[in-house]
Amino acid sequence: MPTFVKRLLGALVIVFALWAINAAMSKEGLFGVGIPLYQVDLWKMAGINVILAVSLNLINGFTGQFSIGHVGFMAVGAYSSAYLTVYATQGIEQQLAAVLGAQVAAAIIFTFVILVGALAAALAGLIVGIPTLRLRGDYLAIATLGFAEIIRILIVNVNKIGAATGFRGAVEPWPGRTTIPAYTDFMWIGIFAVITIVVIYNIVNSDTGRALVSIREDELAATAMGVNTTRYKVTAFVISAAFAGVAGALYGHWRLPHPADFTFTRSFEIIIMIVLGGMGSITGSVLGALVITFLPELLRNIPGGVYDYRLVIYAALLILIMITRPQGMLGGREFGFNWLKRPQKRSEGDEAVGGAGGVQIAERDDPVADKKQDKENR
Amino acid sequence: MDTFVQQLINGLNVGAIYALIALGYTMVYGILRLINFAHGDIYMVGAFAGFFIANGMGLAGPSWGGLLVVLVGSMITAALVGMAIERFAYRPVRKYSRMTTLITAIGVSLLMENLFVARFGGQGRGFPQLLQDRAYHLFGNAAISKSQILIFAVSIALMVLLQWIIFRTKVGTAMRAVSFNLNSAKLMGINTNAIITFTFALGSALAAAAGVLTAQYSPTIDPLMGITTGLKAFVAAVLGGIGNIPGAVLGGLLIGVAETMVVGYGANFGIASTYRDAVAFAILILVLLLRPSGLLGTTVQEKV
Amino acid sequence: MRRTFLALGLIITIIAAMTGCTRRGSNCTDPGGVIKIGVYGDLSGQTSSFGQSTKNGAQMAADEINARGGIGGRQIQLIHEDDQGEPGKAATVVAKLINQDGVRALIGEVASSNSIAAAPNAQDAKVPMITPSSTNPKVTEIGDYIFRVCFIDPFQGEVMAKFAANTLKAKRAAILFDSNSDYSKGLTRFFQESFIKLGGQIVSEQAYAQRDRDFSGQLTQIRSASPDVIYVPGYYQEVGVIAKQAKQLGINAPLLGGDGWDSPQLWDLGGEALNGNYISNHYSVDDPSPAIQKFVADFKAKYNGVAPDALAALAYDAVMVLADSIGRAGGTECSALRNAIAQTKDFKGVTGVISLNAERNAIKPAVVLELRNRQLVYKETIQPGGASAPPPTASPSASMSPSNTNPPANTNATGANTNASPAANTAGGNTNRSNTNTGAMNTNR
Repeated sequence: MPTFVKRLLGALVIVFALWAINAAMSKEGLFGVGIPLYQVDLWKMAGINVILAVSLNLINGFTGQFSIGHVGFMAVGAYSSAYLTVYATQGIEQQLAAVLGAQVAAAIIFTFVILVGALAAALAGLIVGIPTLRLRGDYLAIATLGFAEIIRILIVNVNKIGAATGFRGAVEPWPGRTTIPAYTDFMWIGIFAVITIVVIYNIVNSDTGRALVSIREDELAATAMGVNTTRYKVTAFVISAAFAGVAGALYGHWRLPHPADFTFTRSFEIIIMIVLGGMGSITGSVLGALVITFLPELLRNIPGGVYDYRLVIYAALLILIMITRPQGMLGGREFGFNWLKRPQKRSEGDEAVGGAGGVQIAERDDPVADKKQDKENR
Repeated sequence: MDTFVQQLINGLNVGAIYALIALGYTMVYGILRLINFAHGDIYMVGAFAGFFIANGMGLAGPSWGGLLVVLVGSMITAALVGMAIERFAYRPVRKYSRMTTLITAIGVSLLMENLFVARFGGQGRGFPQLLQDRAYHLFGNAAISKSQILIFAVSIALMVLLQWIIFRTKVGTAMRAVSFNLNSAKLMGINTNAIITFTFALGSALAAAAGVLTAQYSPTIDPLMGITTGLKAFVAAVLGGIGNIPGAVLGGLLIGVAETMVVGYGANFGIASTYRDAVAFAILILVLLLRPSGLLGTTVQEKV
Repeated sequence: MRRTFLALGLIITIIAAMTGCTRRGSNCTDPGGVIKIGVYGDLSGQTSSFGQSTKNGAQMAADEINARGGIGGRQIQLIHEDDQGEPGKAATVVAKLINQDGVRALIGEVASSNSIAAAPNAQDAKVPMITPSSTNPKVTEIGDYIFRVCFIDPFQGEVMAKFAANTLKAKRAAILFDSNSDYSKGLTRFFQESFIKLGGQIVSEQAYAQRDRDFSGQLTQIRSASPDVIYVPGYYQEVGVIAKQAKQLGINAPLLGGDGWDSPQLWDLGGEALNGNYISNHYSVDDPSPAIQKFVADFKAKYNGVAPDALAALAYDAVMVLADSIGRAGGTECSALRNAIAQTKDFKGVTGVISLNAERNAIKPAVVLELRNRQLVYKETIQPGGASAPPPTASPSASMSPSNTNPPANTNATGANTNASPAANTAGGNTNRSNTNTGAMNTNR
């Protein structure tokens, strides 16, 4: 079978499966049978976490830069897209609905605002990335954290987007929708999760991806080989931010966005997902996102206060993984999606990134090189 | 005028606390090139240690002796905690990349915060007031309170002590040697592990002092109190030039004053007082853009 | 690699096992048997003292109901869940309570943001939700299954403005509010409106963020505006520190607050600096009415001598109103129960007589309390829409008539001033009140 037919079939299977799951998750259910709404909530959250984790992995896992403010970009995506649906798109949607029907109109508008959310987050990524990515990794970490906090403080101070109250809809003196429409269902989340995985996978397995991994492995050497490290770092950062924006837009049209949902605790949660799953493994990130979404809910049912200690358990796990296995649960390994690969990359692409020990994040014990880098940055 | 002087006093007071914490960041960074994310939580541990010591001793009312015991006791406790963190979390990952150590540091920070939340609850608790607090009027409306004087006095004393340890003692010389070049120091017969542990102990003790002093001034402690304060102190260290001790103090005071001035006079320039927490981070991004080495980063070579 | 697949398989099996499928359709019919009620709140987060009080108050009500034989012979069971004070988690927890535990009604949250986040899930599932203490008006606007048993922010803001202008004779007020809380912002707005209407002037308005520990900058600015009173509609966590730092700066104007101050912990945080300040609250623990004194005594007996704060009392009332409605509806069929709750009228609760209006809000009087030596001393009762009711006599411990704090039925009509006290004091009742150190309020608060 030609590859493209195979991929088309694959895409169809995914879309059909998502449709069936989505129907089962709806209020009516699929043929009257449905998934309990509590689990629906968790699955939606899991899907959004997958997008966040996989996109963060591009910058943290593959490029070796350390961002701990991912949630800031998510907030940008959530608020910018919700701002549009509340204050701008209602009229257009009504006009479209008259021609195409309400559902199609909503889908068009939602796609549009998600893209705007992604663009806004990408722009924010560019603004943060350009000054800070020139610097050493740990400065980036603090700068991203600081940026995410600044975003949150801005949100809290802007009345038109609900300020500290959370954004529910149009705020009094300004006309608009009174509630943010709940466009997001599992279909949307699922499709964008798949898109995120496919796009990041293809980036990682392209020339750009090679450049990114070379930066992670040894930035000096990469520069020496003619890689424009700053440009590649900024590119990766912007793409990563854009997907966080998508996740935010999806979240914003499901739960009403509230500044308390975008604190740095949430950023750390995403980091735990990718570290648990393995820095530099896309499937690992997916797995990490699922575990971190469902595990606490499982612990909730265990008596004896285990649930209260779940965050302690995560933190201890994080330290233990770093000490014993700094490359994470799956290391850099991938599994089970060779079929997604671009055909022309087959020869070198079969070993997914990080296979055969290519990804060892660390184990560099070269204080001299470290020093040199420090001097340079100073 | 008196309002301005008052705001200056308020700002320097907050800044002194930042400075005490920033010293720990800057010392550890000078030696290990590690951002000790957990340092802000050491400040929290110090405050809690003080709380339990004071309650354990049944101290409820003001007493200078009690305050001294609580201060020293919490400094010792925090020093031990800092040493344990260094020994069991940071030393095993020291050989790995920066990223691994940074994640470990975040892990330690999360561990302490969540352990305290799970154990003691996330709500604030009142710290026993060991000082009969009162305001002394300076001129006009300007006043300074006893707890503010205490903060200034103790932090200046501790900074002088630190300066003495680093420049006048053998262990201080060793610290400077290790920060200059760890491997060479090892070759010169310096027990680098011991020196690193000592640095953590020193920095942690200063943070604990900051914790107890803050608790006398604003008597609420909670397990998450170290996050924002710690981050701002880190920004102070970067502002002053990370690795540079006078820089950390200068950075701390500057950030404290800048924050308070935004609260006091920001409204005149269209900046709401609630942007206060954004000030430190905005300063950070500006410093990174304009002068990544910090204010005193290049001029002073001696670093620990 | 094999191990990886094994681990993966295991995880997916667990998740799939958790998920399962159920039949869709109306869950509205009463399943019979034990009546399950979900109680959710912040049990481990920043405001966990609120969640804990709510939990204790609700549990005590449930135990009392079960002890006297349940509702029509059916026992009730409370299922408590923790949302860590985060809006997103509150929504998930409510979904869990409804779908997994099959609760027939919900009690919660304290913080308005969390109630607002969680309420749509309750509304969608047609599970009635009674919030004991969310005072933001928007909460009950979410749908016809959402109720509350407390007064709302506009009223509470107005109460303090009236007290400041009429009783304290204040002309210049400063406001220091928590910009991170809609509760605080709401109170600020309504206080401001009423105070200006009453001829006062707002001389300074400063904001802080939750978790701030240094307020000297804001307080210095307020001091330079020399106000008569300072309105601080925040939560106790920050308020204690604010009171202390105000004294450190030599500010002597009294601080005024709302029910967010009411926590046993407030005294540990603010200490002596709190003396001479005033708050508006839902009820007063030293109200001598037998119903309230019995409640306070029972609560202290059950929870190691801790006196119930307003949140515990409101949670107790919420469960009692719910139980009463279930009794009148003859079960927990969705719409029957909803209608029964909506028709709640003249229910005699601990926090006053509760009648729900068409907006599903309780119309109740508020009390103003003075903070003095670790006690909340009753000052006066202010009726909804009406003028203030000064304290009946100089010594409430001797002769405060219960009807003053538990006003008669017609208070649900907005605008009615039902001051039952015959011997109303003259204006400025705060000056001629001696210390009212009744035994009942001398608790370990």
